[in-house]
Amino acid sequence: MTKESTTKTNISRRDALRLMAAGGIACFAAPNLIGKPDIARAADKKPAGRVVVGLSQEPTVFNPLMAHIEVDDAVHFSLFDALFRMDPEGVLQPNLAVEVPTQKNGGISADGLNWRVRLRDDVRWHDGKPFTAEDVKFTLELITNPKFRAWRTGGHSLVRDLTVVSPTEITWRMEQVFAPYLSFLTETFIVPKHLLENEADPNAAAFNQAPVGTGAFKWSQRVAGDHLELAANPDYFGDGPYVERVVFKYIPDQTVLYTQFKSGDIDLTDQAYITPDHYDEASKLPGRVVSLVPGASVESFYLNLERPQFKELAVRQALYAAMDRTAIIDAVYFGVVTPTETFMPKESFYFNPNLPAQEFNLDAARKLLDDAGWVPGSDGIREKNGVKLAFNNSTTSGNNLREQVQQFLQQTFAEIGVQMTISNLPAAVMFGEFWLKSQFDTAISGVTHLIAADPDATNRLASSAIAAKGGKGSNVGQYSNPEVDALLKKGAQTFDPEARREIYYRIQEIVRQDLPFLPLFAATYVIGTKEGLEGWEPNSNTRTASWHAAGWRWKS
Amino acid sequence: MRSFLFNRFAQSLVLLLIVSVIGFVVLNLIPGGPLAQFGLDASMTQDDLNRLAEQLGLNRPLWMQYLDWAWRLLRGDWGHSFRDGAPVLEVIGRHLMATLLLMGSSTVIAIAIGTWIGVRGAVKRYSVFDYMATVGAMVALSIPTFWFGLIGIYVFSLRLGWLPAGNMYTIGDESVLNYLHHLILPSIVLALVHVAIWSRYMRTATLDVINQEFIKTARAKGLSERRILMKHVIGNALLPMITLLGMQLPSVLTGALVTETVFTWPGMGRLFLDSLGYSDYPVVMGLLMFSAILVVVSNLAADIVVAIIDPRIRLS
Repeated sequence: MTKESTTKTNISRRDALRLMAAGGIACFAAPNLIGKPDIARAADKKPAGRVVVGLSQEPTVFNPLMAHIEVDDAVHFSLFDALFRMDPEGVLQPNLAVEVPTQKNGGISADGLNWRVRLRDDVRWHDGKPFTAEDVKFTLELITNPKFRAWRTGGHSLVRDLTVVSPTEITWRMEQVFAPYLSFLTETFIVPKHLLENEADPNAAAFNQAPVGTGAFKWSQRVAGDHLELAANPDYFGDGPYVERVVFKYIPDQTVLYTQFKSGDIDLTDQAYITPDHYDEASKLPGRVVSLVPGASVESFYLNLERPQFKELAVRQALYAAMDRTAIIDAVYFGVVTPTETFMPKESFYFNPNLPAQEFNLDAARKLLDDAGWVPGSDGIREKNGVKLAFNNSTTSGNNLREQVQQFLQQTFAEIGVQMTISNLPAAVMFGEFWLKSQFDTAISGVTHLIAADPDATNRLASSAIAAKGGKGSNVGQYSNPEVDALLKKGAQTFDPEARREIYYRIQEIVRQDLPFLPLFAATYVIGTKEGLEGWEPNSNTRTASWHAAGWRWKS
Repeated sequence: MRSFLFNRFAQSLVLLLIVSVIGFVVLNLIPGGPLAQFGLDASMTQDDLNRLAEQLGLNRPLWMQYLDWAWRLLRGDWGHSFRDGAPVLEVIGRHLMATLLLMGSSTVIAIAIGTWIGVRGAVKRYSVFDYMATVGAMVALSIPTFWFGLIGIYVFSLRLGWLPAGNMYTIGDESVLNYLHHLILPSIVLALVHVAIWSRYMRTATLDVINQEFIKTARAKGLSERRILMKHVIGNALLPMITLLGMQLPSVLTGALVTETVFTWPGMGRLFLDSLGYSDYPVVMGLLMFSAILVVVSNLAADIVVAIIDPRIRLS
């Protein structure tokens, strides 16, 4: 299956195999997202059974183009299709398109500005109307409609001259070269023009409460605050679906989520998954399968580089050396998560494995500070030029694992003459202006640097992305390095994966040297499924464990 | 009676106005705001956040936002949820039934058992039963609902497998029996605290009545103890309880919060907590006004009912 589908992409078979090796999670064959031959379709059995997915946040946004959070993705991926999808190996696969446009196949012009996408001709909306290039045009235009409460507009705002060449072909021009757009389109679900074009206010359309897509499942019903139910779409153009119903059940508490997984009420624990402290017990439950799935997010100790304490590299190096990461990972996270040196997820094709490993060494940390002239004052806290090496640290209150990490750090920092004061905030408060406008000294948070698994981290690392200084991104640590800026710009304008990899390897090297933030570990999610559920596979390149419900089936 | 009603009505309007202003200001003072949920999303640039703030009207001065909201409310428009875009009253309505079901069944249990324990404890004052009831009530009030709920789930769901571990019904089976089956554990857990409160109040109320002259008169008339208890004692002791019930009614909004979380019950308490977590201002304000109106109306109703039942109370 993998071979058949990957030969149609911009990446050669050799590349694909290399990617799979690099990804290290190529334990399953890539799902067949490009449809199936008619013979296979006729041989299919009727979809049967039901899968109940547990989520600890409630999905509430069903128009996939509107501002939404990760948990809504679980529903969107089942109801809708995008032009392309990102498979578990990080390879782009055609979805509503028949091929992924590249400079090689002529889908993207040599200068990177003119794009052409060819579409399938056998796709129908859940209400029976045919899907055409007009829907794609409408979707991309709706996103940039100033009245519409759209989700991300990055990339989309560069699209000009959208032209429907035929029902199965659409072209556009980009205002500037922007390679990540290809990945962005994997999270841009296409919505039906005929149901939305006549709405005076697209934010209040009936469609938003009862969406109609092209996906493997149709909207069935929603009991607000409790669950929502999707039903198999027998006319789905792709492989599947094999189960008759998918239910997304909202379970607001992670402990209760786990209890209901144990009791058998839910078949799959999606976000926020099983807590690491339950991993050991969960993996011994009869009739349950528990998997460790690498996530895209990296838990880090964020430094506000505009604070005088952190301007010097030696201080950042000393703090990094004073982190007992092994103890934190083993004692607090039960060894479930893994150490990392970079913001790039380990499964990414662009992950640089050659970065120097952090070493916990308090003597080295003290020497770094001594050499840099930070000397202990009368209270034992180091200072230099009137600046004390003391700061606040904030994380989301109520997250007891993070609170334990803080205590570990507070202790080892104290041993090198650094005073860390814990000052936590509820998530709803922390991630407002406090975080976005860099009002913290230091913060602990799990952050995803990539958008739709594209390696471009401009929004997190470029000096133009500092919101506290009027920038447009979320470079909350206020990191600024002209070389990184230039490389990020180059990377965003390069299409060839090999050439891009070189660029992002270098960026990771520089960031590892500069230490704008101190990586604690790469996230790993504990995901439980009921025995007998087949066809479920994790995909670290999406934000949800339910990215491919079309392939799920119960063992007969 | 008419001037009483008019006064109460005028007072209520002022009260609602004050509640709405304080609620609106406090809610907006909490840092974070509705856009904090996108704070960790790498793709939402500051431009995107500013655009959303403008589209939601959040960048206007606070007084303007309040007047806009209040003016719409006066015309019957409670606004739309920031989260799912549905009208606020519809959002409340969806969760109200779940809470009423849970509160209703637990209130019935609490009143029945609480009345029995309270009356028995008062009649047989300082008996072993009375002491046990007192201690039992103390224990029930001290146990956190969360803990009791989890223990209940552990014993009856995970160990014995008799009762469901939570949820309002099994997905795919919406029969009455299924609802009842799911209702047992959470209503008992929720009733526990209310039994304790109710039995204490009932005991005091009964003791008040039992020593009254008219009970002596009833005894002197030669009525049986049973008849005295059922007709004269309980009937009169229940009077102050109507006020208590009226005061407890608004707790449908928050009273079941913990129970709703443990048993994944999609009620009002959870809606309130979730809406607060996402700073869904229209829904939080809607719930606040809804509960304020409920407090006003139920207190008024309790006063009127007591006045009708007990002719000694004159409302003039």
